[in-house]
Amino acid sequence: MNARTDIDGLDAAPRAPARTLPHPTHKLKLLLKREFWEHRGGFFWAPIWAGGISLVFTLMALVMAEVGLRRTVTERGGIQVDGQVVVNGLDLSLVTDKMSPEDLQKLADGISLSTATAMVWPLLVLGFVVFFYCLGSLYDERKDRSVLFWKSLPVSDRDTVLSKAASALLVAPALAVAVGIACMIAFLLVLSVFVLIHHGNPFALLWSPGNLLANAGMAIATIPVYALWALPSVGWLMLCSAWARSKPFLWAIMLPVFAGVFISWFDLLHLFDLQSSWFWKHVVAHLLGGVFPGSWLGAMDLEGLNASRLGDHLAALKAVYSVLATPQLWVGAVAGVAMLAASVRLRRWRDDN
Amino acid sequence: MTNFVVSARGLRKAYKNKVALDGTTFEIPAGRIVGLIGPNGAGKTTALKAILGLIPFDGDLKVLGKDPRTQRDALMNDVCFIADVAVLPRWITVAQAIEFVAGVHPRFDAAKCHRFLEGTQLKPGLKVREMSKGMIVQLHLALVMAIDAKLLVLDEPTLGLDILYRKQFYQRLLEDYFDEDKTIVVTTHQVEEIEHILTDVMFIRDGKVVLDAAMDSLGERYAEVLVNADRLDAARALKPIDERSLPFGKTVMLFDGADPARLAALGETRTPGLADLFVATMKGTYA
Repeated sequence: MNARTDIDGLDAAPRAPARTLPHPTHKLKLLLKREFWEHRGGFFWAPIWAGGISLVFTLMALVMAEVGLRRTVTERGGIQVDGQVVVNGLDLSLVTDKMSPEDLQKLADGISLSTATAMVWPLLVLGFVVFFYCLGSLYDERKDRSVLFWKSLPVSDRDTVLSKAASALLVAPALAVAVGIACMIAFLLVLSVFVLIHHGNPFALLWSPGNLLANAGMAIATIPVYALWALPSVGWLMLCSAWARSKPFLWAIMLPVFAGVFISWFDLLHLFDLQSSWFWKHVVAHLLGGVFPGSWLGAMDLEGLNASRLGDHLAALKAVYSVLATPQLWVGAVAGVAMLAASVRLRRWRDDN
Repeated sequence: MTNFVVSARGLRKAYKNKVALDGTTFEIPAGRIVGLIGPNGAGKTTALKAILGLIPFDGDLKVLGKDPRTQRDALMNDVCFIADVAVLPRWITVAQAIEFVAGVHPRFDAAKCHRFLEGTQLKPGLKVREMSKGMIVQLHLALVMAIDAKLLVLDEPTLGLDILYRKQFYQRLLEDYFDEDKTIVVTTHQVEEIEHILTDVMFIRDGKVVLDAAMDSLGERYAEVLVNADRLDAARALKPIDERSLPFGKTVMLFDGADPARLAALGETRTPGLADLFVATMKGTYA
């Protein structure tokens, strides 16, 4: 490397116009990398912080439970389990021994569900991160005029907008899910310590494949549904970001909300046969809330789900994928693509810097 | 196909309450350094934006044989620009900027870029937001000079820089970048600083090109004469385009296309500076 630089230096001395031969480029990869460099805090650290804080709260709750438990144990001298007195605390091995298979299944389901809740915070934060990322994606670069630098490079507006949409729809959710899975593992480790203290077997109780693996697989399998469901929301927010001369946040919120109010007003007057509640639920809520994971709950076919079998991951996955059969998802996705195309055009010709 | 890098005919662009380009017509051959000079609001930046395909406009424009309105993506492989100081994104580091440009630009030479940055304070981990204005421009220039482009457009590249950075900027551009296959178009208000590096000059006023000449032809057309007080009337008969008084009774007059022999009889003659020529040409712009 050094030797080469020296030779280049000698070459340059007599001012021979050295032509740089074209080399292959990796535009999409670099564009995605650029988004990650700029938004590392939102895409990566924000879910970690959210998950970490929720873990700390879990830990505090467990410690408090433990302290409370020991106090009652010492006050009363024992805990009554199925008529048996256990001295010196709760004995979990006894609990599992005494349970019927149905009860065991229920316990496993409950544990699986509470493990899954460890992902709730990273995924909730994901919704906020994607919302504000999209709102700033094509506005901030105009505001700080760095768009002039990006546009001085041979990267088309289409590729740029696509890389930003892909960051919102795939990269950010994938990172949040990865962080969520890590949180589940950490949650199970904390619980294992608790279980061990009480002479339980954490491998049988907590680390069954039906728990961690199924929850993780379920989260990963949900990413494509998220991407399709969030498409109109991402498209709308990016369109506002590309279009607004200032305050993209206000435009993005106010336009659909005012449209909803307008329609509700006509609804009240019975002038047209417009369904204002339909509009609020399917247009306003989807445009603004679609970036939040699970906002498709209302469109899900819940029939396959059995309330008594909350840990049935296959049924839950089927219910999530039932969203793919709804026209709302596909109409929304098409609208999202159209709005992204409009954003590409706006970025190409917008001249306010 | 012509060998003009830029050929513009009848460019027209109107903003809400102002015409920025009004039938602008010019041609730029390859291997030149062209100064595009005009007062504020004369349409310089609009002309450059048109060349770079950043704005819609009317008229006929070919840059390297392509229409920047419809073939911008292909054009940007051979065209580069520095729009202004401080347009580098503030979060990016030196290393990231180099990695990004190397990854998206087929003609970017990363080794060359590193060589340009040797001996500067620009270390790989330094973020743009931690840099001074001068350092940002150093980085931007290093990135751009490592790209083997055919046309480089500079719009006020040294605005707000101190004189050390300004001198260094143009010197590097001449020594390490410019050659007969490259063309540079530059706009600036600091006329004196670039006149010695220009090969061509274009004055633009109210969206029209009012002067388009090679630098070495300026001396044949324009002359500045130091006229004594007693010859003022004789000199004025030759219709100077501008005159200004000096202390001790002498007057400097600027002539366009006057007979050199007759001018020599009036007093000491010399080739006018670009700044004086500019002032004379743009008289009454803001009136």
